[in-house]
Amino acid sequence: MSPLVKNIMRFVLFIGIQVFILNEIPPLHRFIFPYVYFLYIIWLPFKMSRIGLMVLAFFFGLIYDLFTGTTGLHAAACVLMAYARPHVLSILIPHESTEQSYIEPSITSMGWAPYAVYAGILTFIHHFYLVLLEWLQFGSFGYFLGKVISTSGISLLLIFVAEMLVSRKGRYRMNG
Amino acid sequence: MKNILIFLQQYVNLICFLILQVISIQLLTTSSKTHETFVANISNEFTGSINGSFSNLKSYFSLYETNRILAEENTKLRNSLAANFQTIPTSVDQATDTTITDSSGQYRKYTYLPAKVAGNGFTGQNNYLMLERGAKQGIKKGMAVVNAAGIVGVVVETTDNFSKVMSLLHRNSRVSAMLKKDNTTGSVEWDGADPSYLILKNITRSTKIVKGDTVLTSNYSANFPSNLMIGTIAEVALDPASNYYVLKVKTSTNFYNIQFVNVIDNVRYKEQTELENSNKNQ
Repeated sequence: MSPLVKNIMRFVLFIGIQVFILNEIPPLHRFIFPYVYFLYIIWLPFKMSRIGLMVLAFFFGLIYDLFTGTTGLHAAACVLMAYARPHVLSILIPHESTEQSYIEPSITSMGWAPYAVYAGILTFIHHFYLVLLEWLQFGSFGYFLGKVISTSGISLLLIFVAEMLVSRKGRYRMNG
Repeated sequence: MKNILIFLQQYVNLICFLILQVISIQLLTTSSKTHETFVANISNEFTGSINGSFSNLKSYFSLYETNRILAEENTKLRNSLAANFQTIPTSVDQATDTTITDSSGQYRKYTYLPAKVAGNGFTGQNNYLMLERGAKQGIKKGMAVVNAAGIVGVVVETTDNFSKVMSLLHRNSRVSAMLKKDNTTGSVEWDGADPSYLILKNITRSTKIVKGDTVLTSNYSANFPSNLMIGTIAEVALDPASNYYVLKVKTSTNFYNIQFVNVIDNVRYKEQTELENSNKNQ
């Protein structure tokens, strides 16, 4: 399957899973909300231009927003994530080798530890900004920090489960 | 000129990032206030229809619960049938006065419109419900929404076939309420913590309050008819800063599984709110 078709399918699938399954789970606690849709942005190919990444993230977040009725909230968080993604990647991986030989970030292409740090940082950025935007309207500092950390934890757990379920073969990029 | 181009080239990513951020935050701030935006109208029809078909599927899973609630409501209605009550025959036949009494003594103030819930949120800080009934079917902005157990929220936005309801679980939601036992009025809000509990404010300390007291809608609300169930008091606390109680109210409506609701049309809503607002402006 070509990367383009694969990513279009993922786009629909991630929004579907988030809106119709995870958003339907009755809340266990006010701190806990299962977010996983932004894994789409984590999985996007290495070779995308930064502007393309941000524009795609914006529309991805915006379409999710239309389902939840919070126009712009998740879009803003996704754009920040997409902006930070290349910076985080350039710190974590040896530039030439990985980006040349693999298509997208995964455990096989980056290794366990760098991939975990990469996913962790982006998840934290996403939730921090998301709750901050909500927090401008509502809440106290303890509540804020608790919510960011606990939601990030749940999200990382879900990302871990997704990585276990979906086998993404670390396919080598063809030359040319 | 060349320098400007070089500058733009250097910071094109940052500029693009800032532009997208400004657009999203602009959308965020305007969409929650003005509901008449073009985008919101189209997208609500689209996401509403997807949510509607999904909710069709989902409603099969809660048929048992829906049946139970309907059966309970039926029993309640049967019990209130006039045939169940018999007046004690103590009256004596009297010659009635033939003067014509005022025939316009009664008018219909509220009409109940049934609607199916096409989407329901309770996990965020600002929650909305989507109803599969819109302006074409007689839903207007500002109408009250109730279900069999208690009140649910207020309509804030309508499209042709769908409408959006601000749930009681919304930080801007404010409903005038009163205690059943002595008609003391206060206002019911939500603190964003637990979807099963609301906060009742503005009840003075002089009122005696016990856990389990019933909270109803008051007569002062323009959209809600009076004496509708809101919930029962679950926790009594004093606000140290003021002379008022802060009361936790267990909602009688179960916000986790709302399937069908009634939208209440107040015939004189427009007249009443217009008069209220004209006083404010002076």
